[in-house]
Amino acid sequence: MADLTHPVVWFYIPCAITWICFLISVGSPDRFIDYDWLWLLFRNMSPYFWSALGVALAVGMSILGAAWGIFITGSSLVGAAIRVPRITSKNLISVIFCEAVAIYGVIVAIILQTKIELVSPGKNGVTYDKWAMASGYSIFGSGVTCGFANLVCGMCVGIVGSSCALSDAQNSSLFVKILVVEIFGSALGLFGVIIGIIMSGGVKWTA
Amino acid sequence: MYGFEMMSYNIKDGFLEAIVRGHRSGLLTVADYNNLSQCETLDDIKMNLTSTDYGAYLANEASPIYTANIVEKCTLKLVNDWNYMRSQADETLAAFMDYCTYGHMIDNVVLIVTGTLHERDVQELLDKCHPLGMFDSIATLAVAQNMRELYRLVLVDTPLAPYFSENLTHEDLDEMNIEIMRNTLYKAYLDDFASFCQKLGGTTAEIMGDMLAFETDRRALNITLNSIGTELTREDRKKLYSNFGLLYPHGHNELAIAEDFDQIRSAMEKVPAYSGIFSKLGYGESQMLDKLLYEEEVKKCVDCFEQQFHYSVFYAYMKLREQEIRNIMWISECVAQDQKGRISDGIVYIF
Repeated sequence: MADLTHPVVWFYIPCAITWICFLISVGSPDRFIDYDWLWLLFRNMSPYFWSALGVALAVGMSILGAAWGIFITGSSLVGAAIRVPRITSKNLISVIFCEAVAIYGVIVAIILQTKIELVSPGKNGVTYDKWAMASGYSIFGSGVTCGFANLVCGMCVGIVGSSCALSDAQNSSLFVKILVVEIFGSALGLFGVIIGIIMSGGVKWTA
Repeated sequence: MYGFEMMSYNIKDGFLEAIVRGHRSGLLTVADYNNLSQCETLDDIKMNLTSTDYGAYLANEASPIYTANIVEKCTLKLVNDWNYMRSQADETLAAFMDYCTYGHMIDNVVLIVTGTLHERDVQELLDKCHPLGMFDSIATLAVAQNMRELYRLVLVDTPLAPYFSENLTHEDLDEMNIEIMRNTLYKAYLDDFASFCQKLGGTTAEIMGDMLAFETDRRALNITLNSIGTELTREDRKKLYSNFGLLYPHGHNELAIAEDFDQIRSAMEKVPAYSGIFSKLGYGESQMLDKLLYEEEVKKCVDCFEQQFHYSVFYAYMKLREQEIRNIMWISECVAQDQKGRISDGIVYIF
């Protein structure tokens, strides 16, 4: 079966597709990048698209990261615990750290969602005013920040948790020391949450 | 790319890697070997071994117990562990684990063919075969008269078929040709295994590349040592060396023309990695060489457990268990023949 985690799939092909889409959609016969068309495009996109996408990415990517981390830790933990059953109770802490990442994502998504207010578009019925546009972009940015940070945090904690379980099985004095590494790793998710909350704090939909 | 490996390895192979690391922690330590060395009889050895990982296998053996029984039960443990992991392995790991056992398959084939040449009973030979290298039609090897028949009748259906391509001759199977056949098959197998590992990429390719290079250099050394003074010509000798490893290609040229131990030694010492081994031997001494090579192999296998998320741990586990079984066999034989002073000459401590 083809290896779906190969760099070709996740880096080169997306780059190539992005470049082709860029050439097809953004150019015009006269200019390489048609700025007028891009202005038209982004001016007319509703801020609710961006804010909804932000909320979705906040919770979706956080949970992706948490799930990734839990399966990485869990498979090693289960295998090692067959021979050394005493490690199971202590090493659930690694799984809990990964789970916390998912909870951060849910919290941020709830907070972001409460900041979305309903405003009407301007006189032509299509474009929104600057307050609404800025708010939409802030919520999007906040969601992406929190989502990406939690994604990589979850993966990091998962990989370290796997090594922690295997080391604990061999030598029980190593557990606490590797746990310190995991604690530092889980702080990364918190950074994303903090920045996300700050970014979405100044959101106002009308003047 | 190393990063992607860490993130996706545990999807398919995390559980089995944890299991093999659990087995590794059950290997005998220096303290265990000291206890075994203090034993007076084979029954004492059996009693000491029941408190280790081998307990379940040796506990029900009836006295009197012989070395062959102990070794058989220990090998049975290795085989059971291996089959447990192999039956749960997902596709790439399963192919890798199969590659690890092809060496035993080649040894079994040669064992049966040699035994048939000396008119031994097939059943007795089958009992002596290594269990990890068995395949279904192995008993029909006794029927073949020359190499072409061997291939056509039996081996074309086995995984060893691709290794046979170059040396299909009509010659009868005699002692010399069998050894040449064994080494040619092994050369093709090691080349194939090495290119498979390189295709896997990442940490597996790096670590297995190193371990297989050592294995192939060790075989080149043994082939050279054993063929000094025989009718094997230089070109034939060169054909038996693999196409990779630290000695390829210049070291192989030198080894091919070597005629005595000192010439071999000067050829090997040009490779920095092996000069350390040869510096421990005095001039003209070659008895300790085997033990030093085993020690080097054990050191590489133990180091391979330092990294996570690669397949080499399975290969290393198999090698370490086999070394442990060799150690137990040596200790049992020394105790049975009342030569306890020689025990420390023959064991290679793993930890």
